[in-house]
Amino acid sequence: MAPLAPKTGDAVFASIDRVNAELFTLTYGAMVRQLLTDLEEVDEVNKQLDQMGYNIGIRLIDEFLAKSNVSRCVDFKETADVIAKVGFKMFLGVAAAVTNWDAEGTSFSLVLEDNPLVDFVELPDTCQGLHYCNILSGVIRGALEMVSMKTEVTWVRDMLHGDDAYELRVKLLKQVPEEYPYKDDE
Amino acid sequence: MGREVAESCIDGVIIEMVSAYCNRFYGSKPELAARRIEAIGYQVGHQLIERYTMERPRFSDHLEAIKFICKDFWSELFKKHIDNLKTNHRGTFVLQDNKFRWLTRVSIDPSSENLEASQDSPVLTPEHKVEVTSMHLYFPCGIIRGALSNLGIPCAVSADISNLPACKLHLDFGDNKNFPPRMLPE
Repeated sequence: MAPLAPKTGDAVFASIDRVNAELFTLTYGAMVRQLLTDLEEVDEVNKQLDQMGYNIGIRLIDEFLAKSNVSRCVDFKETADVIAKVGFKMFLGVAAAVTNWDAEGTSFSLVLEDNPLVDFVELPDTCQGLHYCNILSGVIRGALEMVSMKTEVTWVRDMLHGDDAYELRVKLLKQVPEEYPYKDDE
Repeated sequence: MGREVAESCIDGVIIEMVSAYCNRFYGSKPELAARRIEAIGYQVGHQLIERYTMERPRFSDHLEAIKFICKDFWSELFKKHIDNLKTNHRGTFVLQDNKFRWLTRVSIDPSSENLEASQDSPVLTPEHKVEVTSMHLYFPCGIIRGALSNLGIPCAVSADISNLPACKLHLDFGDNKNFPPRMLPE
C-alpha cells in the first residue's frame, strides 16, 4: 500500500475534534496559579510544568503521527519545519516560524507571535522567573524523544516578560538509534 | 465561533493536572489533592460564566440559572446539552450527561496512566482505580460550583459515575431555596 500523503497543519486542524480555546486557556491559567500557591517556588513550578508537558508530549506524538501522515523526516531541518507548521498548527491552531539555525544545523528557534496559552494573562512582579508556557517546551522535548531525538528546549523570548514574541530554542543533543522491540522471528 | 484548540490540548492538561496533584504532590493525601483540583475548577467556572453571561440580563431564579448551565454553558464546554435535568423541588438538582466527554477519554489503565506513580504504588487496587477516575470529577464539579457561585447561587456539587460513561452531577442548595440577590464574594 502506498503511504498516505502528509497533510498540512490546516487540514489536520480542520478535521480533528476541537474545543473552545477559552476553556483551555483559563484551565491552564488556573492550574498555574494553583501551582504557584501550592509549590511556592517559581523554579519548582517551571519544573512541574515541564514535566507535565513531557508526559503530554510522549502521548501526543502518537496522535500527531496518526493524524498528520507525516513520515520520517530526512533531517533535523525538516523536523523543525514539521513541528512549526504541522505540530503547532494542528494542536494549538497557530503555526510557528523556524529561525536562527546554528552553523551545525543542530539548533533552531521556534517563534510564536500568537499564543493561545496566554490570552488574558498578565504576570505579577513576583513571577519574574516563571516560564509561564513551560509546558510547551516539555511537550516538544517529550514528543521528539519518542522519535529518537534527545533535545534540550529553552525559552529565549517571552512576551509575558516584555519581549516582542515567544522564542523557544530547540537543541538536538543526540539521535538515539532506534531499538526494535521484536526479534525477527516473532 | 471563537478561537479553538485541539481537544487533546485540554485533555492533556487536565490529565496531567490530576496526575500531578494525586501522585506527585499529595500522593498520600487524596483529600487534599481533591480540594486543590476542585479549587482550580472553581476558578475556571467562575471566570467562564462571567464571560458567557456578560451580555444577558440577570437570572430571575435558580431554575433559570441552572437551565443556562445545562444548555448554553454546557454547549460552550462540550458542544452538547445536559441530557436530563431532575429536581426534588427541595433544593436538589440532578444533571445527567449520558456521555461525559472528559470521562470517555480518561484511561484508568494503571500501566499507561500512572507510570510515575507506579514507583510508589506498583499495584493499583480496584479501589484505587475508582479513586483515580473520581479524581477527574473534582475538576468539572468545581467548574459548576464556581459558575453558580458567580451567579450568586452557592451550592455543593458532587458527581456520580456508577453508570459510565454517563455522569450525574448533584447540585445541592441546602436550605437556600429563595433566590438571593447577587451576593458579594465571601
